[in-house]
Amino acid sequence: MFPDGEIAEPLLVIDSLVKRFGGFRALDGVSLHLAAGEVLGLVGPNGSGKTTCINVVAGLHRADEGRVSFEGASIVGVASHRLARRGINRTFQSPHPFTTLTVLQNVEVAATYGHASGAAVDIPALLESVGLDTVRHRVAGDLNSAQQKMLDLARALATAPRLLLVDELAAGLNPAELTAVAARLRALAASGMALLVVEHLMGFLESVTDRVIVMNAGREIFEGKLASAMRDPEVMRVFLGQTHAA
Amino acid sequence: MRRSLWDALLVPAPVLLCLALLPLVVSNNLLLFNFVMFLTLAQGLNVIYGFTGFLPFGYVGFFGAGAYGFAMGVMHLHASPALALLLAGLASLVVGCILGPLMRLTGAYFAIANLAAAQALYQIVSNPALQDLTKGPYGVALSGVFAPTRSYAASLVLLAAVFAVVIWLRNSRFGLSLQALRDDPVSAAMAGISPVRVRTTAWLLSALVAGLMGGVFAWQISVFYPETAFDLSISIFAIVFTLFGGAGTLTGPILGVVILYGIYNAIGITVPQYFQLIYGALIVGLVLFLPNGLASILTRRGIRVP
Repeated sequence: MFPDGEIAEPLLVIDSLVKRFGGFRALDGVSLHLAAGEVLGLVGPNGSGKTTCINVVAGLHRADEGRVSFEGASIVGVASHRLARRGINRTFQSPHPFTTLTVLQNVEVAATYGHASGAAVDIPALLESVGLDTVRHRVAGDLNSAQQKMLDLARALATAPRLLLVDELAAGLNPAELTAVAARLRALAASGMALLVVEHLMGFLESVTDRVIVMNAGREIFEGKLASAMRDPEVMRVFLGQTHAA
Repeated sequence: MRRSLWDALLVPAPVLLCLALLPLVVSNNLLLFNFVMFLTLAQGLNVIYGFTGFLPFGYVGFFGAGAYGFAMGVMHLHASPALALLLAGLASLVVGCILGPLMRLTGAYFAIANLAAAQALYQIVSNPALQDLTKGPYGVALSGVFAPTRSYAASLVLLAAVFAVVIWLRNSRFGLSLQALRDDPVSAAMAGISPVRVRTTAWLLSALVAGLMGGVFAWQISVFYPETAFDLSISIFAIVFTLFGGAGTLTGPILGVVILYGIYNAIGITVPQYFQLIYGALIVGLVLFLPNGLASILTRRGIRVP
């Protein structure tokens, strides 16, 4: 809310979003909004449309119907590299490092080309914050999967995004790494960054998100606190089947 | 900056010095020119393949466009060799712009489409209906500008410039963006790299190198036919030399040319009947045991190869 009571325009607004792949509707009228400093979780079974939603926002897929706006301007059809410079970035479900470049070069590229303001990025501090400072001269293709995921995160952060799309970052991390990543994401939100987090690990989501949207077959079936979602009959039916829900 | 200088002093400087002095002791000027030509083309191909992963089987199309750009400049505009070389470069850039949409393709589709485009260009140039413009299939004679020593010197200047471009790509942020795009186009876009702009720049740079070399080639031999300037084996040789030595490095393509073209000439003179067998076995062996080229013997041990 603004001081005079007017409702602030959310950073990201998705309205009645439809994305089709041939005859399959991967997204079937999804709507959501996300404010600066907020962490929204996207939950749902495999194939429910979570990653497709992220891909549309990140410019990898073009929406067939509906509206996606960032900071009040439509971003439908805007190329990914322009979105990165406008303040939207992401991590990937399967890590996507530049395998022949070193960790340092991976981040330098993003800091050089993706940073909207062109301000200098403290790359050593950034690498230290994601635990990659000791391997900064190693070729990214030689890192393990968890390190590559952290590199995805560091590269995204090097562009100083205002909206970060986090796609299953926690999968494959050990408990200590999970705790550290959760703390890192909360710190990012506290700094004013908006986060849209796709995740299957409920404990991790509970520690990170302010609210969640549960999706099934390309539609939202629940929006609210994660704890409430666990008690929602429709959510239980989708996750556990009719018998257990009953 | 210091690394760029070190790279330049370590590899290209000795190579250029050797090639500048060799005419004093080697009488076969055309053989030396061919070495320079393939060194240049291999580095030009390195720009597009080594740094972006796009393998242009029709690379000779730019070379042929450059050769004919030079020839038409001399024939129709009575241009000096220097001006005609600019026209050669311009011709290759025009072809590069026309073929720019091919960069939307990837992998084998790009390679094949590029090959087809080079063949189409050959058919256009050799068309008898264009005899007034290109001399059609009857070839061009540029005896008025024939100057083997000066054209050899020009080829060395071009080679030096291409070495400088590759050193810059190896040590610059732009070169890093090309390598990032080659490794992962999706991540590169999310890192803020414009795939179209970056690829097109590398594509045109690579085309320009081949076009200028085609122009120098036309100047050097002065009499040639469409099938000479658009000879597919020029593409194949440049690709094989680059892959053999190691794409993406400065040293790899040089090693490829020196070793393979050296063997090519040695076998061709001594035991030409075994040429195909020996050359083929060498290439098969490379693909099986060193798919990333000779340079990878060092790079996979963590040793930086300039």
